[in-house]
Amino acid sequence: MTAVPLRPPRRLLEFTLDGEQTRAPEGATILDACRAAGKDIPTLCQGDTLTPKNACRTCVVEVEGARTLVPACARGAEAGMEIRTDTPRVRHSRKVVLELLASSVDLSTTPGVQDWLKEYGAEPARFGPDAATVNETPRVDNDLYVRDYDKCILCYKCVDACGEQWQNTFAIATAGRGFDARISTEFDAPLTDSACVYCGNCIEVCPTGALSFKTEFDMRADGSWDPSRQTETTTVCAYCGVGCNLTLHVQDNEIVKVSSPHDNPVTHGNLCVKGRFGYQHVQQGRR
Amino acid sequence: MDLHFGDAEPSADEREAVDALLGPPASTWEGAADRTGGDLRWARRGRRVAGRRDLLLPGLHALNDRVGWISEGGLGYLCRRLEVPPAEGYGVATFYGMFALTPRPATVAHVCTDLACAVAGAPREALQGAVCHPSPCLGLCERAPAALVVRAGEGGPESARTRGAGEAAGSGELRGSERSGGLGGSEESAAGTVAAVPPQTAAGAAAPADRHATAVVAPATPEAVDLAVRAPHAVADEPSAAAAVPQAGDPGLVLLRRIGTVDPASLDDYRAQGGYAALRRAFELGPAGVIREVTDSGLLGRGGAAFPTGRKWQATAARPEQPHYLVCNADESEPGTFKDRVLMEGDPYALIEAMTIAGYAIGAHRGYLYLRGEYPRALHRLRHALARCRTRGLLGEDVLGQGYAFDIEIRRGAGAYICGEETALFNSLEGHRGEPRSKPPFPVERGLFGKPTAPNNVETLVNVLPVLGMGASSYAALGTGSSTGTKLYCVSGTVRRPGVYELPFGATLDELLDLAGCERERLRAVLLGGAAGGFVRPDELDLPLTFEGTRAAGTALGSGVVLVLDESVPLPLVLLRIAEFFRDESCGQCVPCRVGTVRQEEALRRIAERAGSDPHGTADDITLLRDVGQAMRDASICGLGQTAWNAVESALDRLGAYA
Ligand SMILES: Cc1cc2nc3c(=O)[nH]c(=O)nc-3n(C[C@H](O)[C@H](O)[C@H](O)COP(=O)(O)O)c2cc1C
Ligand code: SF4
Ligand code: SF4
Ligand code: SF4
Ligand code: FES
Repeated sequence: MTAVPLRPPRRLLEFTLDGEQTRAPEGATILDACRAAGKDIPTLCQGDTLTPKNACRTCVVEVEGARTLVPACARGAEAGMEIRTDTPRVRHSRKVVLELLASSVDLSTTPGVQDWLKEYGAEPARFGPDAATVNETPRVDNDLYVRDYDKCILCYKCVDACGEQWQNTFAIATAGRGFDARISTEFDAPLTDSACVYCGNCIEVCPTGALSFKTEFDMRADGSWDPSRQTETTTVCAYCGVGCNLTLHVQDNEIVKVSSPHDNPVTHGNLCVKGRFGYQHVQQGRR
Repeated sequence: MDLHFGDAEPSADEREAVDALLGPPASTWEGAADRTGGDLRWARRGRRVAGRRDLLLPGLHALNDRVGWISEGGLGYLCRRLEVPPAEGYGVATFYGMFALTPRPATVAHVCTDLACAVAGAPREALQGAVCHPSPCLGLCERAPAALVVRAGEGGPESARTRGAGEAAGSGELRGSERSGGLGGSEESAAGTVAAVPPQTAAGAAAPADRHATAVVAPATPEAVDLAVRAPHAVADEPSAAAAVPQAGDPGLVLLRRIGTVDPASLDDYRAQGGYAALRRAFELGPAGVIREVTDSGLLGRGGAAFPTGRKWQATAARPEQPHYLVCNADESEPGTFKDRVLMEGDPYALIEAMTIAGYAIGAHRGYLYLRGEYPRALHRLRHALARCRTRGLLGEDVLGQGYAFDIEIRRGAGAYICGEETALFNSLEGHRGEPRSKPPFPVERGLFGKPTAPNNVETLVNVLPVLGMGASSYAALGTGSSTGTKLYCVSGTVRRPGVYELPFGATLDELLDLAGCERERLRAVLLGGAAGGFVRPDELDLPLTFEGTRAAGTALGSGVVLVLDESVPLPLVLLRIAEFFRDESCGQCVPCRVGTVRQEEALRRIAERAGSDPHGTADDITLLRDVGQAMRDASICGLGQTAWNAVESALDRLGAYA
């Protein structure tokens, strides 16, 4: 029998969302309330398994009485709040933030972002041909996964997943400051000289494809990567007795990457190297 | 947590520098060089300093002070001692402008390239045997152009605070300061002025060339910088702090009244001039009484946000969580600001007394003074003063025999403007990257080490002395109804008498410029409030200098910067420099500021380079500036990004720049 912990019922907060009276349980964020109300708020740095870092600022909304816009992903809903999610001021900030990102990093593998660029009328090209870009080349320093920081929006999710929120390995951190800030190991050492244990939990949370399986990276390079030909099968990892869920992404009878369901109440999408990359063992000699 | 350390070994110097701060390691597990039999049998970790991540920044300073840069071996050893993951240690070290992670010569000349100094023409060329490191404003604007020469070597500031296991952090500082306190009671009066930080006692010391030294060079002529680079120890005659106060000796002064008349090294002199009367008064009033006085005085924070100090103290005092902390924000890095430096150098005991009162009011037993890294003389004088206060029972277990325990620890910043933002300051002090936290929660609820904290600016704190000295109602009678008391202004640029001025709130900009000797005929504009402030035109000089008056006029008092620009200064270059500053100082955490400050600088550079040749292109760039500026203001996490476009906007709208 599984014990279901009894919690005191959560108080409902009342506030207005785009003019409509709305309720959300205490502790809900504005983003939770928006999603419950079926509103599409763009988010990039928010992660379902991580504490909000509110760094990207695409999710900003207007709250009556606040001097600046507030990040929906991080700000808790409060009783009596008047929240607006689609004012000209909100749309302006989202548009500019998307332009700033798209003009400085490669967003080609960031899901959803092309639609938002269109929806907000973003024109990243208007900063001119000489606009500074992050300008990084992919770091291919091990056989399992690739770090292509040219695609990195500095959402901090990988750092949080590798560090105290999940993996407790602390192999990577943000280094440098301002526009020169990068995710990095100590002295930018190759991953093989770092503390990395290749759990791939950073890949699991990366919203941009900056971190990807070497298989995916190579297939994209040779043009054979094709999600429409892929199937996903969720199974239980057979390596040890913990029983983590694995989702195998299969293209042309080959496992091309492994993810793990974020709603698993125990593992929240995290795996170890065996679950994440052990398939290479299963199908050695593929390439 | 299973930490992984690389193979790089620390050099003997690096090991010594870290051990001087942390004490020797207990075992090879903690990084000791020699393995003992016991180490083979038991894994003994660093019980003594593990968990003291807040010592990471002092440790980085220790390495940088000793060797001039931070190597892989040095950083690895420090991280091992403190049990900090090396990737995070690297992330922290690379955050600060004063540290280098690649080899560089032992002597570094930080040459100010900011507004006032650029106006005065700072030298930028490379120097013999040293590196020239362009630096944002060094806070020496009254003597622009300025440079700070730092020579790495033995005996740097961190080595003077050896601290062992159970030892209270503060007492380590005592020892160090006593060592350097050998200069006796009267450093300033002896030589007329005191020079670069004097080398500490010579006992068994290395030759001067191998010792750590800093030298402030202002005005920084190429010859003076060259001399300082060759022999930073020999540089003498930094003028006394009073030289920065043209009004010195004026009996009407409140905050500056002791500058130039008190010996900054002498506690007796400070007491003879009224020092420590306010603390006695505080003990009579009790903590709640002090907070009531401060609230009734109407004192507003002088660090830029103008938050009521009494309300902040009340909110901190009322929190049930323990302990409470007091943090003095002495990071003063807003370009053109140097008032806090002058207060700390000229009247250091006043700040210590004021912090003690604040600590007593909010129920704190420990205060941190986060001091800008580029202020060696203030560091030296404050350390000396702290040591004196401890020996005389004005700090420590039983302050003035009143049963109240309080001590103060100085932490040095390392070249990051953003660390003046209060929550970034907490992160920096805790040994993390100086990135602002999101608010709420506010510092009074969860501040330093997650505990209730009152962060206050130096000038704010020093105001508490006259509040208690003359009583809240007399204090509130100074200034105007909603801006009470007096305000310090840092006047620089094209005026005859640059320096720190004190005037009651409500005086006009005109009066201030008269005092400073500003020629109206050639006046082009005044930048008020610093890089985050706004411009004022020559026809607007009747502006009353109050928080509400400047706000109503669409500008800000900010930290009290008054930068005067005459017609000889090309405005586009001033704006470009402001934009460069924000680009360089953005912490990088949020997109609007991280990328927006870059796009702002690019657009201003294009406009400046066009020099009026392509009006269409310029109009497009102005649209772009407005669009990006609005998003930075609306969507950035902290005040840096939110204000990064203020000055540019006001130049466009008020001065008609590029029109
Ligand atoms: C980017 C930035 C830099 C700041 N720098 C300083 C500083 O150098 N000194 C300071 O006292 N306050 C600075 N502040 C303001 C502090 O966050 C804080 O409001 C202040 O220290 C509170 O003290 P007060 O109430 O005494 O003014 C800065 C704020 C921002 C956003
Ligand atoms: S694979 Fe795991 S250990 Fe390696 S960097 Fe990613 S999260 Fe950290
Ligand atoms: S690598 Fe991915 S997860 Fe990490 S900061 Fe960049 S975008 Fe975010
Ligand atoms: S506004 Fe700028 S300085 Fe402030 S948190 Fe964002 S990036 Fe950092
Ligand atoms: S999703 Fe909210 S700030 Fe990034």
